[in-house]
Amino acid sequence: MNKRFPSEHYFGLIGLVLLGIGSYVGLVVAPPDQYMGEVGRILYCHVPTAWNALLMLTIACVVGVGYLINRKTSWDDVLVGAIEVGVVYTIMLLIQGSIWGRPTWGTYWDWDPRLTSSAVMLIAFAAILGLRTFVDDANRRAVWTAVATIVAFVDVPIVYFSIKWWRTLHQEFSSPQTVAASMKLPLRMNAFALLFIAIWLIARRARIEKAKRLKEGGEVAEPTTSTLIAGQE
Amino acid sequence: MSSQASRAGGPKKKLFFTVAIVIVVGAIGFLAFGGIGKNLVYYWNPTELLQNEARAVGAKIRLGGMVKQGSLPKSYNAEKFSELTFVVTDMKHDVKVHTRSVPPQMFREGIGVVIEGTYTKEGVFESERLLVKHGNEYQPPKPGEAVDTKKLMKSMAESKK
Repeated sequence: MNKRFPSEHYFGLIGLVLLGIGSYVGLVVAPPDQYMGEVGRILYCHVPTAWNALLMLTIACVVGVGYLINRKTSWDDVLVGAIEVGVVYTIMLLIQGSIWGRPTWGTYWDWDPRLTSSAVMLIAFAAILGLRTFVDDANRRAVWTAVATIVAFVDVPIVYFSIKWWRTLHQEFSSPQTVAASMKLPLRMNAFALLFIAIWLIARRARIEKAKRLKEGGEVAEPTTSTLIAGQE
Repeated sequence: MSSQASRAGGPKKKLFFTVAIVIVVGAIGFLAFGGIGKNLVYYWNPTELLQNEARAVGAKIRLGGMVKQGSLPKSYNAEKFSELTFVVTDMKHDVKVHTRSVPPQMFREGIGVVIEGTYTKEGVFESERLLVKHGNEYQPPKPGEAVDTKKLMKSMAESKK
């Protein structure tokens, strides 16, 4: 099957269109916040980014567990995609939070539990990628990555529940009851937009990783790998 | 597979690798269990501050609570700011706060605050840094109460130390 337009591009297309509409609704249609005014609109990118950043580490963990069970190298390709998208989203998250924090809290950064555990998530993502560069053997690299990712996943509930478990500067859980109806639509649209874009980027990254791996050495190609290649062509 | 692994890197690379792992694990461990452990709280509330008065005096601590209704001077104006005295409460106990740091525009009676500074023998919390804790409510402004964003951004520029 000769595909000129890889199927993952559809996810990218949907994601970008959704992001455009969601951002328009968030910036123009939705009302400003009663206390934060126009600054409060950063909610529509900060919260979706946070959800998706946590989701990336969760997906990576599930794929990592899957790899350890089935040992299919293609799962490692997806894993590295999820981790890299996680890095980008977590950096975005920390930058957006700083931009929001300065006018509302009065500071770009503070070592409160929510912010600290989010920074730990970035360190964890970067550490996993760093780890990969030290292991030359593809199978060993995949095992190490999977194990490191599963260890790093511990941070996901810590980030999520930090605002409940400890005292923080960061606001508490919002719920559908605490967010005005007119603000929920752009929030949800952007959340799905970032999810679709993430799927798109992960799929693209997995393709690159696979191509790189095949180029690196035929010596690593195991029966599972070769049948997989044969099956996809 | 093990033969491949053994030629995966020289001793230099291995040492670098080990050091990197130790640093990362150490950093995560410190941040996860050192900085935000359960016995170390991000801030004390007024009740805890008054219970630990002896330890609080002279020490750099954070106080968290709500700006007591009616405790801000009527003349308070973030734009003409020099110093300010108000009361932080947890609904059980009150602590008097004195600050010279310009509060963010969001600062008002009834809002949550986290204040860095120290407690004095005179029973006043001397603040060096005042942070506003935003609530989890996102609602449109009530009719006729639109927020002036320019004012908000201006307060941000002025509150540089």
